[in-house]
Amino acid sequence: MGDTFPRGRTAVVGSATFGVGEMPGYSALEIAANAVRRALADADISLPEVDGLFIALPDDLFGGLSLAQYLGIHPRFTDNNRAGGASFMSHLVTAVMMLDAGYLDCAVIAYGANQRSSGGKLSTPARPDRWDAPYAPMYPLSFYALAAARHMHQYGTTREQLAEVAVAARGWANTNPEAFAKGPLSVEDVLSSRMISTPISARDCCLVTDGGAALVLTRMDRARDCPQPSVPILGAAAATWYNSLTQAEDVTVTAAAESGPRAMAMAGVTPAEIDVVQLYDAFTINTVLFLEDLGFCAKGEGGAFVSGGRIAPGGTLPVNTNGGGLSCCHPGMYGMFAMTEAVRQMRGTAANQIDGAKIALAHGNGGTLSAQATVIFGAPGTA
Amino acid sequence: MTGAAQVWDEALAQGRFLLQRPQGGGKAVFPPRELAPGTGGDLEWFEASGRGTVYSVTWIQRRPPEAPYNVVLVDLEEGARMMGRVEGVTEESLRIGMAVRARIAEGPLVVFNPVQEGQG
Repeated sequence: MGDTFPRGRTAVVGSATFGVGEMPGYSALEIAANAVRRALADADISLPEVDGLFIALPDDLFGGLSLAQYLGIHPRFTDNNRAGGASFMSHLVTAVMMLDAGYLDCAVIAYGANQRSSGGKLSTPARPDRWDAPYAPMYPLSFYALAAARHMHQYGTTREQLAEVAVAARGWANTNPEAFAKGPLSVEDVLSSRMISTPISARDCCLVTDGGAALVLTRMDRARDCPQPSVPILGAAAATWYNSLTQAEDVTVTAAAESGPRAMAMAGVTPAEIDVVQLYDAFTINTVLFLEDLGFCAKGEGGAFVSGGRIAPGGTLPVNTNGGGLSCCHPGMYGMFAMTEAVRQMRGTAANQIDGAKIALAHGNGGTLSAQATVIFGAPGTA
Repeated sequence: MTGAAQVWDEALAQGRFLLQRPQGGGKAVFPPRELAPGTGGDLEWFEASGRGTVYSVTWIQRRPPEAPYNVVLVDLEEGARMMGRVEGVTEESLRIGMAVRARIAEGPLVVFNPVQEGQG
Protein backbone atom coordinates (compact mmCIF):
# COMPACT_ATOMS: atom_id res chain seq x y z
CA MET A 1 0.00 0.00 0.00
CA GLY A 2 0.96 3.62 0.22
CA ASP A 3 0.61 6.31 -2.43
CA THR A 4 -3.14 5.81 -2.79
CA PHE A 5 -4.28 9.07 -4.38
CA PRO A 6 -7.74 10.31 -5.36
CA ARG A 7 -6.77 11.02 -8.97
CA GLY A 8 -8.93 13.74 -10.43
CA ARG A 9 -11.36 13.81 -7.51
CA THR A 10 -10.19 17.22 -6.30
CA ALA A 11 -9.48 20.35 -8.29
CA VAL A 12 -8.14 23.87 -8.19
CA VAL A 13 -11.15 26.16 -8.54
CA GLY A 14 -9.51 29.45 -7.61
CA SER A 15 -6.04 30.79 -8.32
CA ALA A 16 -4.48 34.21 -7.97
CA THR A 17 -1.30 36.15 -7.45
CA PHE A 18 -0.92 39.54 -5.78
CA GLY A 19 1.85 42.10 -5.74
CA VAL A 20 4.30 40.10 -7.86
CA GLY A 21 7.47 42.17 -8.28
CA GLU A 22 7.41 45.17 -5.97
CA MET A 23 4.72 45.93 -3.40
CA PRO A 24 6.21 48.57 -1.12
CA GLY A 25 4.25 49.40 1.99
CA TYR A 26 2.71 45.94 2.39
CA SER A 27 3.59 43.29 4.96
CA ALA A 28 3.96 39.62 4.04
CA LEU A 29 0.66 38.83 5.73
CA GLU A 30 -1.12 41.65 3.91
CA ILE A 31 0.16 40.38 0.58
CA ALA A 32 -0.92 36.81 1.41
CA ALA A 33 -4.38 37.96 2.53
CA ASN A 34 -4.89 39.88 -0.70
CA ALA A 35 -3.89 36.82 -2.73
CA VAL A 36 -6.44 34.76 -0.75
CA ARG A 37 -9.18 37.32 -1.41
CA ARG A 38 -8.47 37.30 -5.14
CA ALA A 39 -8.33 33.50 -5.33
CA LEU A 40 -11.66 33.19 -3.47
CA ALA A 41 -13.24 35.76 -5.81
CA ASP A 42 -11.90 33.73 -8.74
CA ALA A 43 -13.60 30.64 -7.28
CA ASP A 44 -16.77 32.52 -6.27
CA ILE A 45 -16.40 31.02 -2.81
CA SER A 46 -16.96 33.13 0.31
CA LEU A 47 -14.39 33.44 3.06
CA PRO A 48 -16.46 31.65 5.76
CA GLU A 49 -16.62 28.57 3.53
CA VAL A 50 -12.85 28.05 3.88
CA ASP A 51 -12.34 25.27 6.40
CA GLY A 52 -8.74 24.28 5.62
CA LEU A 53 -5.89 26.78 5.74
CA PHE A 54 -2.36 25.99 4.55
CA ILE A 55 0.49 28.50 4.58
CA ALA A 56 4.21 28.88 5.20
CA LEU A 57 5.40 32.45 5.68
CA PRO A 58 9.11 33.32 5.52
CA ASP A 59 9.29 35.18 8.81
CA ASP A 60 6.40 33.78 10.86
CA LEU A 61 6.81 30.27 12.25
CA PHE A 62 3.12 30.23 13.20
CA GLY A 63 1.94 31.66 9.88
CA GLY A 64 -1.20 29.53 9.70
CA LEU A 65 -2.37 30.85 13.04
CA SER A 66 -1.61 34.41 11.99
CA LEU A 67 -3.50 34.06 8.73
CA ALA A 68 -6.54 32.45 10.40
CA GLN A 69 -6.63 35.37 12.82
CA TYR A 70 -6.11 37.91 10.05
CA LEU A 71 -8.86 36.42 7.88
CA GLY A 72 -11.14 36.03 10.92
CA ILE A 73 -11.98 32.40 10.23
CA HIS A 74 -11.93 29.24 12.35
CA PRO A 75 -10.54 26.52 10.06
CA ARG A 76 -11.17 22.88 10.91
CA PHE A 77 -7.50 22.32 10.11
CA THR A 78 -4.51 24.63 9.81
CA ASP A 79 -1.13 23.51 8.49
CA ASN A 80 2.15 25.44 8.82
CA ASN A 81 4.23 22.65 7.24
CA ARG A 82 7.61 24.22 6.50
CA ALA A 83 9.58 22.41 3.83
CA GLY A 84 10.98 25.61 2.35
CA GLY A 85 9.83 26.27 -1.19
CA ALA A 86 8.34 22.77 -1.39
CA SER A 87 5.95 23.54 1.51
CA PHE A 88 3.06 24.43 -0.75
CA MET A 89 3.15 21.24 -2.79
CA SER A 90 3.25 19.34 0.53
CA HIS A 91 0.28 21.42 1.68
CA LEU A 92 -1.53 20.36 -1.47
CA VAL A 93 -0.95 16.67 -0.72
CA THR A 94 -2.52 17.06 2.72
CA ALA A 95 -5.37 19.23 1.44
CA VAL A 96 -6.27 16.81 -1.35
CA MET A 97 -6.36 13.81 0.99
CA MET A 98 -8.43 15.68 3.58
CA LEU A 99 -10.87 17.00 0.98
CA ASP A 100 -11.34 13.57 -0.55
CA ALA A 101 -11.85 12.02 2.88
CA GLY A 102 -14.56 14.59 3.62
CA TYR A 103 -12.68 16.06 6.57
CA LEU A 104 -12.50 19.39 4.70
CA ASP A 105 -14.73 20.97 2.08
CA CYS A 106 -12.68 23.94 0.94
CA ALA A 107 -8.94 24.36 1.33
CA VAL A 108 -6.87 27.47 0.72
CA ILE A 109 -3.10 27.34 0.21
CA ALA A 110 -1.41 30.72 0.43
CA TYR A 111 1.88 32.58 0.51
CA GLY A 112 3.01 36.17 0.73
CA ALA A 113 6.32 37.98 1.18
CA ASN A 114 7.76 41.46 0.88
CA GLN A 115 11.43 40.52 0.63
CA ARG A 116 12.27 43.10 -2.00
CA SER A 117 10.63 46.07 -0.31
CA SER A 118 11.70 45.09 3.18
CA GLY A 119 15.42 44.94 2.47
CA GLY A 120 16.10 43.40 -0.90
CA LYS A 121 17.83 40.33 0.48
CA LEU A 122 16.59 36.79 0.77
CA SER A 123 15.26 36.50 4.30
CA THR A 124 14.90 33.08 5.85
CA PRO A 125 14.88 31.79 9.41
CA ALA A 126 16.77 28.72 8.15
CA ARG A 127 20.49 28.42 8.93
CA PRO A 128 23.28 25.93 8.34
CA ASP A 129 23.29 23.25 11.05
CA ARG A 130 25.96 23.24 13.79
CA TRP A 131 28.14 20.78 11.85
CA ASP A 132 28.27 22.92 8.71
CA ALA A 133 28.09 26.40 10.23
CA PRO A 134 31.73 26.70 11.45
CA TYR A 135 32.96 26.59 7.84
CA ALA A 136 30.79 29.63 6.97
CA PRO A 137 28.97 28.43 3.85
CA MET A 138 26.57 31.00 2.41
CA TYR A 139 23.09 29.72 3.16
CA PRO A 140 21.57 28.42 1.03
CA LEU A 141 23.71 29.52 -1.94
CA SER A 142 26.96 27.63 -1.22
CA PHE A 143 25.12 24.33 -0.85
CA TYR A 144 23.74 24.69 -4.38
CA ALA A 145 27.25 25.68 -5.49
CA LEU A 146 28.63 22.45 -4.01
CA ALA A 147 26.01 20.46 -5.93
CA ALA A 148 26.79 22.36 -9.14
CA ALA A 149 30.56 21.93 -8.76
CA ARG A 150 30.15 18.19 -8.27
CA HIS A 151 27.75 17.94 -11.24
CA MET A 152 30.32 19.73 -13.41
CA HIS A 153 33.06 17.40 -12.17
CA GLN A 154 31.05 14.21 -12.53
CA TYR A 155 29.29 14.87 -15.84
CA GLY A 156 31.24 17.62 -17.56
CA THR A 157 28.42 20.13 -17.17
CA THR A 158 29.63 23.65 -18.01
CA ARG A 159 28.88 27.13 -16.73
CA GLU A 160 27.70 27.94 -20.27
CA GLN A 161 25.09 25.20 -20.00
CA LEU A 162 23.91 26.50 -16.63
CA ALA A 163 23.74 29.98 -18.16
CA GLU A 164 21.38 28.61 -20.83
CA VAL A 165 18.83 28.03 -18.05
CA ALA A 166 18.90 31.71 -17.06
CA VAL A 167 18.71 32.82 -20.70
CA ALA A 168 15.68 30.59 -21.35
CA ALA A 169 13.92 31.90 -18.25
CA ARG A 170 14.49 35.47 -19.38
CA GLY A 171 13.10 34.61 -22.78
CA TRP A 172 9.80 33.57 -21.20
CA ALA A 173 9.79 36.54 -18.81
CA ASN A 174 10.19 39.01 -21.66
CA THR A 175 6.67 38.23 -22.89
CA ASN A 176 5.03 37.87 -19.46
CA PRO A 177 3.61 41.19 -18.21
CA GLU A 178 3.79 39.93 -14.61
CA ALA A 179 7.52 39.08 -14.75
CA PHE A 180 9.85 41.35 -12.80
CA ALA A 181 13.14 40.96 -14.73
CA LYS A 182 12.96 41.79 -18.40
CA GLY A 183 15.34 42.74 -21.18
CA PRO A 184 18.02 40.95 -23.15
CA LEU A 185 20.18 38.40 -21.35
CA SER A 186 22.90 36.38 -23.08
CA VAL A 187 25.02 33.43 -21.98
CA GLU A 188 27.94 35.87 -21.95
CA ASP A 189 26.02 38.21 -19.61
CA VAL A 190 25.54 35.35 -17.16
CA LEU A 191 29.15 34.21 -17.36
CA SER A 192 30.50 37.71 -16.80
CA SER A 193 28.22 38.52 -13.87
CA ARG A 194 29.77 38.78 -10.41
CA MET A 195 31.00 35.44 -9.03
CA ILE A 196 29.48 34.73 -5.61
CA SER A 197 30.27 31.15 -4.57
CA THR A 198 31.93 29.19 -7.37
CA PRO A 199 30.53 28.14 -9.82
CA ILE A 200 27.42 30.23 -9.07
CA SER A 201 27.47 33.83 -10.24
CA ALA A 202 24.89 36.56 -9.69
CA ARG A 203 22.90 35.71 -12.83
CA ASP A 204 22.70 32.05 -11.84
CA CYS A 205 20.60 33.17 -8.87
CA CYS A 206 16.89 33.77 -8.54
CA LEU A 207 15.44 37.22 -8.02
CA VAL A 208 14.46 38.72 -4.70
CA THR A 209 10.98 40.18 -5.14
CA ASP A 210 7.72 40.73 -3.32
CA GLY A 211 4.64 38.73 -4.11
CA GLY A 212 1.86 36.49 -2.94
CA ALA A 213 -0.22 33.69 -4.39
CA ALA A 214 -3.14 31.53 -3.34
CA LEU A 215 -5.00 28.46 -4.57
CA VAL A 216 -8.53 27.32 -3.65
CA LEU A 217 -9.15 23.56 -3.72
CA THR A 218 -12.34 21.59 -3.42
CA ARG A 219 -13.81 18.22 -4.41
CA MET A 220 -14.65 17.79 -8.06
CA ASP A 221 -18.39 17.39 -7.39
CA ARG A 222 -18.47 20.84 -5.83
CA ALA A 223 -15.97 22.26 -8.32
CA ARG A 224 -18.62 22.03 -11.06
CA ASP A 225 -20.49 24.92 -9.40
CA CYS A 226 -17.49 27.23 -9.61
CA PRO A 227 -17.30 29.73 -12.46
CA GLN A 228 -13.76 28.95 -13.66
CA PRO A 229 -12.90 25.74 -15.49
CA SER A 230 -11.71 23.48 -12.67
CA VAL A 231 -8.18 22.11 -12.92
CA PRO A 232 -8.07 18.51 -11.70
CA ILE A 233 -5.22 17.36 -9.48
CA LEU A 234 -3.99 14.06 -10.90
CA GLY A 235 -1.12 13.21 -8.58
CA ALA A 236 1.08 14.75 -5.88
CA ALA A 237 4.00 13.45 -3.85
CA ALA A 238 6.57 14.87 -1.45
CA ALA A 239 9.95 13.35 -0.60
CA THR A 240 12.56 14.25 2.00
CA TRP A 241 15.98 12.61 2.20
CA TYR A 242 17.96 15.00 4.44
CA ASN A 243 18.13 18.60 5.60
CA SER A 244 21.75 19.57 4.93
CA LEU A 245 23.03 18.79 1.44
CA THR A 246 26.25 17.72 3.18
CA GLN A 247 24.46 14.51 4.10
CA ALA A 248 23.24 13.67 0.59
CA GLU A 249 24.48 10.32 -0.61
CA ASP A 250 25.09 11.87 -4.05
CA VAL A 251 24.66 15.66 -4.26
CA THR A 252 23.79 15.37 -7.96
CA VAL A 253 20.62 13.34 -7.24
CA THR A 254 17.77 14.98 -5.33
CA ALA A 255 14.63 13.52 -3.80
CA ALA A 256 12.83 14.76 -6.93
CA ALA A 257 13.93 11.38 -8.27
CA GLU A 258 11.42 9.95 -5.80
CA SER A 259 8.66 12.58 -5.69
CA GLY A 260 8.46 12.89 -9.48
CA PRO A 261 8.00 9.21 -10.36
CA ARG A 262 5.56 8.75 -7.47
CA ALA A 263 3.41 11.73 -8.53
CA MET A 264 3.50 10.65 -12.18
CA ALA A 265 2.54 7.07 -11.25
CA MET A 266 -0.49 8.38 -9.33
CA ALA A 267 -1.45 10.50 -12.33
CA GLY A 268 -0.79 7.68 -14.78
CA VAL A 269 1.51 9.79 -16.95
CA THR A 270 5.11 9.60 -18.12
CA PRO A 271 7.50 12.53 -18.61
CA ALA A 272 6.91 12.33 -22.36
CA GLU A 273 3.19 13.07 -21.80
CA ILE A 274 3.81 16.25 -19.81
CA ASP A 275 3.20 19.33 -21.94
CA VAL A 276 4.49 22.08 -19.67
CA VAL A 277 6.91 22.00 -16.74
CA GLN A 278 7.21 24.47 -13.83
CA LEU A 279 10.29 23.92 -11.66
CA TYR A 280 11.54 25.77 -8.61
CA ASP A 281 14.65 27.38 -10.13
CA ALA A 282 16.30 29.04 -7.14
CA PHE A 283 19.59 28.64 -9.04
CA THR A 284 20.32 27.54 -12.60
CA ILE A 285 21.62 24.15 -11.39
CA ASN A 286 18.13 23.39 -10.00
CA THR A 287 16.55 23.23 -13.43
CA VAL A 288 19.28 20.87 -14.67
CA LEU A 289 19.00 18.60 -11.62
CA PHE A 290 15.20 18.48 -11.64
CA LEU A 291 14.89 17.81 -15.39
CA GLU A 292 17.18 14.82 -14.83
CA ASP A 293 15.60 13.62 -11.60
CA LEU A 294 12.04 13.96 -12.92
CA GLY A 295 12.97 11.87 -15.94
CA PHE A 296 12.96 14.40 -18.78
CA CYS A 297 16.54 13.38 -19.57
CA ALA A 298 19.11 10.95 -18.17
CA LYS A 299 21.23 11.77 -15.11
CA GLY A 300 24.21 13.81 -16.20
CA GLU A 301 22.66 14.93 -19.50
CA GLY A 302 20.80 17.95 -18.10
CA GLY A 303 23.44 20.42 -19.22
CA ALA A 304 23.24 19.29 -22.84
CA PHE A 305 19.45 19.01 -22.54
CA VAL A 306 18.92 22.68 -21.64
CA SER A 307 21.27 23.90 -24.38
CA GLY A 308 20.26 25.19 -27.79
CA GLY A 309 17.05 26.76 -26.51
CA ARG A 310 15.26 23.47 -25.83
CA ILE A 311 13.49 24.82 -22.71
CA ALA A 312 13.22 28.42 -24.02
CA PRO A 313 10.29 29.93 -25.97
CA GLY A 314 9.99 27.94 -29.19
CA GLY A 315 11.88 24.97 -27.72
CA THR A 316 10.54 21.44 -27.56
CA LEU A 317 9.93 21.37 -23.78
CA PRO A 318 8.37 24.52 -22.27
CA VAL A 319 9.92 24.99 -18.80
CA ASN A 320 9.04 27.85 -16.44
CA THR A 321 6.81 29.62 -18.91
CA ASN A 322 6.32 32.60 -16.58
CA GLY A 323 10.08 33.23 -16.36
CA GLY A 324 10.51 31.21 -13.16
CA GLY A 325 12.25 32.30 -10.01
CA LEU A 326 15.16 33.47 -12.14
CA SER A 327 13.23 36.13 -14.07
CA CYS A 328 9.53 36.25 -13.07
CA CYS A 329 9.52 36.48 -9.28
CA HIS A 330 11.08 34.97 -6.19
CA PRO A 331 9.57 36.25 -2.97
CA GLY A 332 11.62 33.96 -0.72
CA MET A 333 9.72 30.74 -1.35
CA TYR A 334 8.67 30.21 -4.97
CA GLY A 335 6.67 26.97 -4.80
CA MET A 336 3.24 28.63 -5.02
CA PHE A 337 4.14 30.45 -8.21
CA ALA A 338 5.13 27.23 -9.98
CA MET A 339 1.62 25.98 -9.17
CA THR A 340 -0.26 29.16 -10.14
CA GLU A 341 1.56 29.17 -13.50
CA ALA A 342 0.73 25.48 -14.03
CA VAL A 343 -2.93 26.25 -13.28
CA ARG A 344 -2.92 29.14 -15.77
CA GLN A 345 -1.46 26.85 -18.42
CA MET A 346 -4.18 24.27 -17.76
CA ARG A 347 -6.92 26.93 -17.91
CA GLY A 348 -5.47 28.29 -21.13
CA THR A 349 -4.90 31.74 -19.64
CA ALA A 350 -1.10 31.93 -19.27
CA ALA A 351 0.74 34.93 -20.71
CA ASN A 352 2.89 32.45 -22.64
CA GLN A 353 0.14 29.92 -23.26
CA ILE A 354 1.27 26.58 -24.67
CA ASP A 355 -1.34 25.60 -27.26
CA GLY A 356 -3.16 22.40 -26.45
CA ALA A 357 -1.36 21.77 -23.15
CA LYS A 358 -3.23 18.98 -21.32
CA ILE A 359 -0.84 17.97 -18.54
CA ALA A 360 1.30 20.28 -16.36
CA LEU A 361 3.92 19.44 -13.76
CA ALA A 362 4.79 21.79 -10.91
CA HIS A 363 7.82 20.97 -8.77
CA GLY A 364 8.87 22.55 -5.50
CA ASN A 365 12.24 22.53 -3.79
CA GLY A 366 13.06 23.43 -0.23
CA GLY A 367 16.11 23.88 1.96
CA THR A 368 19.39 22.88 0.35
CA LEU A 369 17.94 20.64 -2.37
CA SER A 370 16.47 18.83 0.64
CA ALA A 371 12.67 18.76 0.40
CA GLN A 372 11.17 17.93 -2.98
CA ALA A 373 7.51 17.78 -3.99
CA THR A 374 5.81 17.28 -7.34
CA VAL A 375 2.22 17.94 -8.43
CA ILE A 376 0.56 16.89 -11.70
CA PHE A 377 -2.36 18.99 -12.93
CA GLY A 378 -4.67 18.18 -15.84
CA ALA A 379 -6.55 20.45 -18.21
CA PRO A 380 -10.25 20.95 -17.35
CA GLY A 381 -12.27 17.89 -18.30
CA THR A 382 -9.31 15.53 -18.58
CA ALA A 383 -9.80 13.65 -15.31
CA MET B 1 25.68 10.24 30.35
CA THR B 2 25.38 12.85 27.63
CA GLY B 3 24.02 12.87 24.11
CA ALA B 4 26.23 11.79 21.22
CA ALA B 5 26.88 15.34 20.05
CA GLN B 6 28.30 16.33 23.42
CA VAL B 7 30.42 13.19 23.60
CA TRP B 8 31.89 14.21 20.25
CA ASP B 9 32.44 17.81 21.38
CA GLU B 10 34.25 16.73 24.55
CA ALA B 11 36.51 14.34 22.62
CA LEU B 12 37.36 17.08 20.13
CA ALA B 13 38.25 19.42 22.97
CA GLN B 14 40.75 16.75 24.08
CA GLY B 15 42.26 16.59 20.60
CA ARG B 16 40.45 13.47 19.40
CA PHE B 17 38.42 13.33 16.16
CA LEU B 18 35.78 10.63 16.70
CA LEU B 19 33.38 8.89 14.36
CA GLN B 20 30.72 6.27 14.97
CA ARG B 21 29.87 3.04 13.19
CA PRO B 22 27.13 0.45 13.64
CA GLN B 23 28.06 -2.20 16.20
CA GLY B 24 29.27 -5.19 14.24
CA GLY B 25 30.62 -2.98 11.46
CA GLY B 26 29.47 -0.84 8.61
CA LYS B 27 29.92 2.61 7.10
CA ALA B 28 31.02 5.37 9.47
CA VAL B 29 28.38 7.78 10.75
CA PHE B 30 28.72 11.57 11.02
CA PRO B 31 27.32 13.82 12.46
CA PRO B 32 27.12 11.87 15.74
CA ARG B 33 23.84 10.14 16.49
CA GLU B 34 22.06 8.26 19.24
CA LEU B 35 21.10 5.48 16.84
CA ALA B 36 22.28 4.04 13.56
CA PRO B 37 20.60 5.94 10.71
CA GLY B 38 18.33 3.78 8.62
CA THR B 39 18.28 0.83 11.00
CA GLY B 40 17.88 2.25 14.49
CA GLY B 41 20.60 -0.03 15.84
CA ASP B 42 23.42 0.72 18.29
CA LEU B 43 26.52 2.69 17.39
CA GLU B 44 30.08 2.51 18.70
CA TRP B 45 32.75 5.21 18.76
CA PHE B 46 36.15 4.97 17.12
CA GLU B 47 39.00 7.31 16.31
CA ALA B 48 38.93 8.68 12.75
CA SER B 49 42.02 8.09 10.61
CA GLY B 50 41.66 11.67 9.40
CA ARG B 51 42.25 10.59 5.82
CA GLY B 52 39.74 11.79 3.25
CA THR B 53 39.07 12.92 -0.30
CA VAL B 54 37.58 16.20 -1.48
CA TYR B 55 34.09 15.43 -2.82
CA SER B 56 33.08 18.96 -3.81
CA VAL B 57 34.33 22.49 -3.39
CA THR B 58 33.12 26.06 -3.59
CA TRP B 59 35.10 29.29 -3.20
CA ILE B 60 33.15 32.07 -1.57
CA GLN B 61 34.13 35.44 -3.00
CA ARG B 62 34.49 38.49 -0.84
CA ARG B 63 34.92 42.15 -1.50
CA PRO B 64 38.66 42.83 -2.08
CA PRO B 65 41.04 43.04 -0.36
CA GLU B 66 39.37 40.16 1.54
CA ALA B 67 40.49 36.90 -0.10
CA PRO B 68 38.04 34.20 -1.20
CA TYR B 69 37.76 31.19 1.13
CA ASN B 70 36.83 27.62 0.39
CA VAL B 71 34.12 25.35 1.74
CA VAL B 72 34.47 21.67 0.87
CA LEU B 73 32.65 18.41 1.33
CA VAL B 74 35.08 15.68 2.34
CA ASP B 75 34.52 11.95 2.01
CA LEU B 76 36.26 10.45 5.03
CA GLU B 77 38.06 7.18 4.41
CA GLU B 78 35.73 5.35 6.81
CA GLY B 79 32.66 6.30 4.74
CA ALA B 80 31.15 9.40 6.37
CA ARG B 81 30.97 12.82 4.76
CA MET B 82 31.46 16.19 6.42
CA MET B 83 31.77 19.83 5.54
CA GLY B 84 35.19 21.37 5.99
CA ARG B 85 37.86 23.77 4.82
CA VAL B 86 41.16 22.92 3.13
CA GLU B 87 44.09 25.05 4.26
CA GLY B 88 47.12 26.10 2.26
CA VAL B 89 45.55 25.83 -1.19
CA THR B 90 44.49 28.16 -4.00
CA GLU B 91 41.48 28.15 -6.33
CA GLU B 92 43.78 26.55 -8.91
CA SER B 93 45.34 23.89 -6.69
CA LEU B 94 42.27 22.70 -4.75
CA ARG B 95 40.61 19.99 -6.80
CA ILE B 96 37.76 17.52 -6.36
CA GLY B 97 39.36 14.13 -5.73
CA MET B 98 42.33 15.62 -3.86
CA ALA B 99 43.58 13.57 -0.90
CA VAL B 100 43.40 15.48 2.38
CA ARG B 101 44.13 14.84 6.04
CA ALA B 102 42.23 16.21 9.01
CA ARG B 103 43.79 18.25 11.77
CA ILE B 104 42.20 19.88 14.77
CA ALA B 105 42.59 23.62 14.52
CA GLU B 106 41.75 26.27 17.06
CA GLY B 107 38.09 26.36 17.97
CA PRO B 108 38.47 23.43 18.22
CA LEU B 109 37.53 22.73 14.63
CA VAL B 110 38.32 19.90 12.21
CA VAL B 111 40.05 21.33 9.13
CA PHE B 112 41.91 19.65 6.29
CA ASN B 113 45.33 19.91 4.68
CA PRO B 114 46.36 18.51 1.32
CA VAL B 115 48.33 15.25 1.46
CA GLN B 116 51.57 15.59 -0.51
CA GLU B 117 52.53 12.89 -3.00
CA GLY B 118 54.24 10.02 -1.24
CA GLN B 119 52.71 10.88 2.11
CA GLY B 120 49.52 9.54 3.56
